[in-house]
Amino acid sequence: MSATMESQPARRGRMAALAEWADSRLGYSRFLKAHASEYYAPKNFNFWYYFGSLALLVLVIQIITGIFLTMNYKPSAEDAFASVEYIMRDVEWGWLIRYMHSTGASAFFVVVYLHMFRGLMYGSYKNPRELVWIFGMLIYLALMAEAFFGYLLPWGNMSYWGAQVIVSLFGAIPGIGESLVEWIRGDYYISDITLNRFFALHVVALPLALVFLVIAHILALHEVGSNNPDGIEIKKVKGPDGHPVDGIPFHPYYTVKDLVGTVVFLALFTSVIFFAPEMGGYFLEHANFEPANALQTPEHIAPVWYFTPFYAILRAVPNKLLGVVLMGLAVVAFVFLPWLDRAKVKSIRYRGWISKAFLIAFAISFIALGYLGLQPATTAYTNAARVFAVIYFAFFFLMPWYSAIDKTKPVPDRVTYHAH
Amino acid sequence: MSAEPEQIDGGRRHFLLVATTVTGLAGAAATAVPFLASWKPSARAQALGAPVEQDISKLEPGAVLKVNWRGQAIYIVRRTPEMLATLATPEIVNRLRDPNSEESEQPEYTKNDTRALKPEYLVLVGVCTHLGCAPLDRFQPQDAELGADWPGGFYCPCHGSKFDLAGRVFKDVPAPTNLRVPPYRFMNDTLVQIGVDAEVA
Repeated sequence: MSATMESQPARRGRMAALAEWADSRLGYSRFLKAHASEYYAPKNFNFWYYFGSLALLVLVIQIITGIFLTMNYKPSAEDAFASVEYIMRDVEWGWLIRYMHSTGASAFFVVVYLHMFRGLMYGSYKNPRELVWIFGMLIYLALMAEAFFGYLLPWGNMSYWGAQVIVSLFGAIPGIGESLVEWIRGDYYISDITLNRFFALHVVALPLALVFLVIAHILALHEVGSNNPDGIEIKKVKGPDGHPVDGIPFHPYYTVKDLVGTVVFLALFTSVIFFAPEMGGYFLEHANFEPANALQTPEHIAPVWYFTPFYAILRAVPNKLLGVVLMGLAVVAFVFLPWLDRAKVKSIRYRGWISKAFLIAFAISFIALGYLGLQPATTAYTNAARVFAVIYFAFFFLMPWYSAIDKTKPVPDRVTYHAH
Repeated sequence: MSAEPEQIDGGRRHFLLVATTVTGLAGAAATAVPFLASWKPSARAQALGAPVEQDISKLEPGAVLKVNWRGQAIYIVRRTPEMLATLATPEIVNRLRDPNSEESEQPEYTKNDTRALKPEYLVLVGVCTHLGCAPLDRFQPQDAELGADWPGGFYCPCHGSKFDLAGRVFKDVPAPTNLRVPPYRFMNDTLVQIGVDAEVA
């Protein structure tokens, strides 16, 4: 402590003195060094590396707008729908805060899906980043739960029947299903009681879990270091200063880069908020503009777009239990990727055509299933969903085979990087 | 403590560690019970789930009446003789997944050919056995949307499950079982009570 004091210039500003007083008691400068100014990230990050920081940004937007929404929202079956209308019409700027939150929900899934696809392309889930990937998947699961609970809160008719359908999924479990459904609802139907507990989970339990998981995700990442588009471990080649030669400090290099991404993202985000907050019924569904009615199912039930790939799989299976199991498997399959993938290289850049073809087919089937999940369950659409579901699962379950036999290209020792 | 070097008793340490952990876990498990049990339907929710009565004297043949019981729609259909006649025809029975309601949920006294106490009146829980949507009544045969071979019945718009005029599920749809029949009884010729079992001799 005293040694530090002596090494400082004799005349310091009061703020600097205060900062040092705090740092010597908290040690935040060491923390900032470890995670920002001396966290060395590969220098060859590309476009796909924006979405992690953007997901963090959306999380903050959701938490702040969510706090302000709870100040006017009433979590009871009697008042919920009217209190949302009250926020939209009577609360000053209430419409903006709510549209930020509802658009933020969709934006969250947009950036998270792109973030996950980045991981698939560059093999970011592979050794030694299995835990980073698993924490990421837990974030994704918590996010799905958070979105589902939040969707009931406006107490519109689509909220109501969406919750009815999703909660009923648990009824497919043999033996305990029905009593489990009753336990989740706390009633014999989706009622005021259900709404109240979903509110508690949405505003307290899951946000806490999300924040905790995000911290774990970043700590695990910083322990092993970031992957990159070449899928090379930059720690293998270190300079005389002990830092990776192909690494640059996260701050200021990537904070500045991410700032550019943030500006572009916010331009798109605010365009949606101001010009298309309902996004033609994809972000806010039309049936949700009438209050919940337990006796009247909307003509056409579809979840919000970010759940439709899984919903299409559920509908494609003509057996209730198997449909639920396959839908759950479609979500959980990602967790096993680190062990399904037996390729010697990480990045798609150095993989053969089989892996590339499977990844492209997977991406197409994910989008196609997402589209089909929004359409009515006609025979033609259901058959198409079956085909795409098979491709979807083939990507995962044939991976131990095709990733092992696929011809790979030699991986360079240093990252490929072209100065601009 | 004395200054002499202590011998660590590993066995004793291990025993204390295990005993403390087990006791702590048992306490945590016991504490979890009230929290988990608080999610069950409360006394008020149970009280609000009491039986309801419905006058059916004004229900026309071929029409459906919807009653709210426990927040679920209960469909009461007064079936015409033509509707009843379709139930036993092989064209329909061969297309059903569970024609005799062996796998389905209904009170014992409605496990019969018409799934009803009185064949004329069909009482069903209007909740699809797939994922809980409300099936629509499409009693007209050859419905424009459902095709020329549609015999009349119930159609769930959510995932396309189809049921006949006794709420029996057709094959090749997502719903696994027939529509449920709630416990009910006739208090007299025109009054149905839902939520109480009929006494069948």
